Amino acid sequence: MKYYDILQFSLNTIKSYPTRSFLIVLAMALGVAAVIVLTALGDGARRYVIQQFSSIGTNLIVVLPGRAETAGSFPGAAMGQTPRELTLEDARWLGYIPQIRRYAPLNVGAAELVGASRLREVSVLGSTVDLLPIRHMELAQGGFLNQGSENNAQIVLGAKLAKEFFPDGNAVGQRIRLGDRRFIISGVLASQGETMGFNSDEIVIIPIYHAQALFNTTSLFRILIEVRNRSDIPAAKEAIKEMLIQRHDGEDDVTVITQDAVLSTFDRILNALTLGVAGIAAISLAVAGILVMNVMLVSVSQRTDEIGLFKAIGAQSRDIRYLFLAEAAWLSLVGAIIGFVLGQFGSLIIRVAYPLLPAWPPLWACLAGIVVAIGTGTLAGILPAVRASRLDPVKALSSK
Amino acid sequence: MIQLIDVCRVFHMGDQAIHALNQIQLTITEGEYVSIMGPSGSGKSTLLNVIGLLDRPNSGRYLLDNIDVTDLSESDQARVRQNKIGFVFQSFHLIPRLTAAENIELPLILSGIDPNERKKRVEAALLAFNLIERAQHRPAELSGGQRQRVAIARATILRPTALLADEPTGNLDHRIGSEVITLLENLHHAGTTLIIVTHDRELGLRAHRRIAMRDGSIIADER
Repeated sequence: MKYYDILQFSLNTIKSYPTRSFLIVLAMALGVAAVIVLTALGDGARRYVIQQFSSIGTNLIVVLPGRAETAGSFPGAAMGQTPRELTLEDARWLGYIPQIRRYAPLNVGAAELVGASRLREVSVLGSTVDLLPIRHMELAQGGFLNQGSENNAQIVLGAKLAKEFFPDGNAVGQRIRLGDRRFIISGVLASQGETMGFNSDEIVIIPIYHAQALFNTTSLFRILIEVRNRSDIPAAKEAIKEMLIQRHDGEDDVTVITQDAVLSTFDRILNALTLGVAGIAAISLAVAGILVMNVMLVSVSQRTDEIGLFKAIGAQSRDIRYLFLAEAAWLSLVGAIIGFVLGQFGSLIIRVAYPLLPAWPPLWACLAGIVVAIGTGTLAGILPAVRASRLDPVKALSSK
Repeated sequence: MIQLIDVCRVFHMGDQAIHALNQIQLTITEGEYVSIMGPSGSGKSTLLNVIGLLDRPNSGRYLLDNIDVTDLSESDQARVRQNKIGFVFQSFHLIPRLTAAENIELPLILSGIDPNERKKRVEAALLAFNLIERAQHRPAELSGGQRQRVAIARATILRPTALLADEPTGNLDHRIGSEVITLLENLHHAGTTLIIVTHDRELGLRAHRRIAMRDGSIIADER
């Protein structure tokens, strides 16, 4: 029997059992669709996190006071207990490292913002003019902490705060009180929404000197550093460590985190998660494979007299094996294709419903889903096919 | 030419051995018209199955056209069966999901003949067996006689030298049955060896050579 005829004949057989074929194809399709949709979700979550991380800046290195101890406390939280504080002078020296494009020292605190007969508690960032490009923030109005006038009492308001205090939109140039100090509003940030749980619409930014005076501290919360190139990151990290150890009398008491390291950690974790859900979804493919085997076995016993007849009119055992195998292969192939379409459609629905989540199914998952579906389906067809080909024609013909 | 030499076929039922064929000696030359009669369980169907290479004897030799086919491999036997032997069954054994034309085409597909040639040959067979109008009907839509005509067309489409019919009229009424027999006899006149297994005495007597069987042995062989 020719291969083309085997394919054609088995396809016709499938068509003549529509209910049976539909159910197997459905099971296969759901399995493949599950793999595709779940990996799309997992990979979407990964992309979402990476995107969020990248949106806070590129080629970032963050310096924190204190060292991550094996005891496991988060270094930033142990701010008051570090042996040596991280100072503005440290930050200024880091600025001389050649790989570093710019840096922004950072102080964080909370204070009352009072003005235009309104009052509310706000988060306060103390920093320098370079914070704006490093954190990829943008201004809606006015200017940032203007260079050359860093020591002036100027303040930049988050978009939401500007709206609350000055609904008319004429915030720039107005006076406002933060804690016990008076500031002139130099600018308003563009609305950015929340990234990484940090809402830049409800903060105020003041020059670092004023922040340190306001919170009565000389220690920095962080130093944000942007290096010139991605490839400079390892060298810059070493240089920063070296310089700070030197400045801190040989004591390694700072923690240097690269954005890359954090990113790749998250990347790894979420990739593992994606693989995990893909694995779970693959179980449904295995179940579909078993279903194919089951239905094909039933089909063999239902069609014993047909098999007997085939042998009587000269079919080789090989022909019968291939016919049943081809049937299983067709069913899983059609199931895989429909499942692929369903999976793509499901991912599209997720993307439409949650625009923030880039739920694109990864190529490897689509390919793996299809290949595994066809593989298990065909594999599951082997046992029934062999059983059919081994039927004794005399018994098969008298089965009625 | 079919030659059976000392052929035995034993079935085991529990610890009892049933000799379905017991030391059969039989020679059927090409173009003969043979009927095999006997009560049920006499071994006549087993004999037909052995001749048709569907069943293997436990001992003895089977020469088909002077070639020993007893110990051929399964796939070689299938090839011989395909080219030299046509089967007609009591219950027709048509495939219900295929049309009459597709059922007739089956042996051609199995032997790997290309589609254009297949179409021509099926067309000719439909014409020869007066089935043109029924070509696209499924077996369920055909009468018993039409079904058996489809089955005979299928059995003869590869022009076998021997046609083996196991109770070909068993499921048909008398009139339709004799029509089918006439059809088979016409094939015999065209040169095909025809071997019919039957219960029906009247039908059996029409054959030129009549073999009677009982308990696995040939008890009469008349010409």
